[in-house]
Amino acid sequence: MNDSMDFLLWTRGTAFDVAIAIFIIGLIIRLFEIVSLGRERTLAEPKGSEFLPGVKTILTRTLPDGGTFKRQPLTVIAGYVFHVGLLITLLLFIPHIELFRETFGFGWPGLPNPIVDAAAVLGVVGLLAALWNRLTNPVMKMLSGGEDYLVWVLTFLPLLTGYLAYHRMINPYPLAMGLHLLSIELLLILFPFTKLMHTFTLFLARWYNGAMSGRRGVQS
Amino acid sequence: MDARDTIPILIETSAATDGCFQNTRPLLHEIAHALRRLQLEGVATTLDLSAIPFGPGDERQLIDFLGKGEVSAKLEAMGESLIWESRYAGVWIVEHRSTSSERLAFQLEITKLPAILASQPEDIAESLLMLREALESPQADGTLV
Amino acid sequence: MVDKKIKTLGDALRRNGVSRRGFLKFCTATASMMALPPAMVPALAASLDKARRPSVIWLSFQECTGCTESLTRSHSPTLENLIFDHISLDYHHTLQAASGHAAEAAREEAMRANEGNYLVVVDGAIPLGNPGYSTIAGFSNLQILEETAAGAAAVIAVGSCAAFGGLPKADPNPTGAVSVRDIVTDKPVVNVSGCPPIPVVITGVLAHFLTFGTLPELDEYGRPKAFFGTSIHDRCYRRPFYDKGLFANTFDDEGARKGWCLYKLGCKGPMTYNACATVKWNEGTSWPVESGHGCLGCSQPDFWDAGGFYNALSIPVGDISRTTSYAAAAGLGVAAVAAGINHKTKVAARKRHDRVTIDDLEKIS
Repeated sequence: MNDSMDFLLWTRGTAFDVAIAIFIIGLIIRLFEIVSLGRERTLAEPKGSEFLPGVKTILTRTLPDGGTFKRQPLTVIAGYVFHVGLLITLLLFIPHIELFRETFGFGWPGLPNPIVDAAAVLGVVGLLAALWNRLTNPVMKMLSGGEDYLVWVLTFLPLLTGYLAYHRMINPYPLAMGLHLLSIELLLILFPFTKLMHTFTLFLARWYNGAMSGRRGVQS
Repeated sequence: MDARDTIPILIETSAATDGCFQNTRPLLHEIAHALRRLQLEGVATTLDLSAIPFGPGDERQLIDFLGKGEVSAKLEAMGESLIWESRYAGVWIVEHRSTSSERLAFQLEITKLPAILASQPEDIAESLLMLREALESPQADGTLV
Repeated sequence: MVDKKIKTLGDALRRNGVSRRGFLKFCTATASMMALPPAMVPALAASLDKARRPSVIWLSFQECTGCTESLTRSHSPTLENLIFDHISLDYHHTLQAASGHAAEAAREEAMRANEGNYLVVVDGAIPLGNPGYSTIAGFSNLQILEETAAGAAAVIAVGSCAAFGGLPKADPNPTGAVSVRDIVTDKPVVNVSGCPPIPVVITGVLAHFLTFGTLPELDEYGRPKAFFGTSIHDRCYRRPFYDKGLFANTFDDEGARKGWCLYKLGCKGPMTYNACATVKWNEGTSWPVESGHGCLGCSQPDFWDAGGFYNALSIPVGDISRTTSYAAAAGLGVAAVAAGINHKTKVAARKRHDRVTIDDLEKIS
């Protein structure tokens, strides 16, 4: 009888605990494993330093390179629009910051809701454009597998349900909020075992690329 | 007259925040639309102010803004009711109070004349009966009444 | 009980010398109380004029009497007195003069005389764990409710305990408390939730039954939509601050003094459906958010178990910091084991790739 409220309490309680535990355990295992594997010792004499080029690459790869942009402008634009929208929504919405503060013991200033709202719309539009691109561009279509679509859905649902909950477009609100939390819990549970890991591994990968080039004395 | 006034506690309200919750302006727009409707179509509108989410000071700000116009009336029926036209003709404020001076209803009526001011058919019928009765029964001392 | 003669409300008022204007004023106030649009006043007047006097039996189970306190201290005595003068409150523990067998006899008499037409108002949850947890005159709450509801026109569950189980049902629910709707399934049940409920909402539902002889339109929790149709958040005068991102961070900072949004301080307004923001409390003086304290969500089911009252709604119910630390520790443990296994594999692999000498090659060939 008390469906939506029970649902909300479950998603805010047991389900969240389980999801966050799987997420943290999975994330740490995967990252620790990658780092602990280390790299084969290189016997060749280093021709330059590893540190600076490594850091530089982490930063420079954040900008798109001209060649890719010319060939696949939509991939680049949709990607950026989506990522910027998602990050603003995730990290600068005040209710989200309160959750981080509760988890880590510290928070940071947020943005007024209308700005976050616009960012969420950008995120949704970016994701839809990316999906369209994936489905219509022959190369993208060939490269895409089931996991790519799964990851797209996992990312899209929290944005969509969050937007609907914030604008109170699903009634009653406990149901809307519960759906939002459930979508995030799905994302958290599958995160460590899918390509979503790129959120963290991209820094390792970029660092490695930059450091390798630095060591060989070539431009990264 | 308000039971709260007998409590020897001073309620501090911050002058800085009083009435600045921006709930008055949208309501004034609504009043303007209702007034336009009254002007063009002759349709009256009643706004129940107790259904408006006022913040501290919002109500006072609204009533101050509307001000007092040419007409004000006091109705004595099951307690006092204060009815007055605001400085904007056609916009009336109707406040119904109970016999113990507590507010029962607080409304804005956008109309030519609030209906409750007019004599009611039921009361007129009753009055006619009473008047006839008075006329038919001869007074003992011969005076008219 | 005294006046058994059935008469209409219109008759009663006219007999008391109330003019038509007075009656219309009463209708306006009732419409406002029932949250009906002002345009409904003429229809309301016509119905109220002909309204008859219903019998009401009030049952109190596992409760704190806060709901009765709320009702009897409600702010417009004239109006509510009129409603109460016009219903026949035949049985109410706290308010009735009779006690013991006389009281129970009054209840049975009211039930017999008004079979199928009386209203049952319930405050408090019903314990199913052991019938002995709460009894009246030797009868368990369950027995009394089932027996009394059987001949009722409708049941009004007043307060969150009767509506949803409330405090008695809070985890771990030692008495096995349940709500009225869990027991009464074959009669209309109106939930007037809140801890306590807003008094005019209680009288508003009674007035609705009195006026139209029907029950108001209900939401998914069986609550009258007229009062529980919008959330606290949607009707909150501090809402503009939420939208602008202006929040009070403590109860005494600048934001708190300026009346900014209380979301961060645990306000459950977004998930809570009730009429506090417009009806307010204590003669319309104020309500929790106006007094600077967030909404506790008391009109929602299981609000006692919905996490800390001072935690933002976006914070999960459990101890998220602890869960995260334990998970991190477990993750590190498993990862260390995995790293150990990987290291062994690596060493073994390196061994197999030992430097090859000329002698080794000669041996092979």
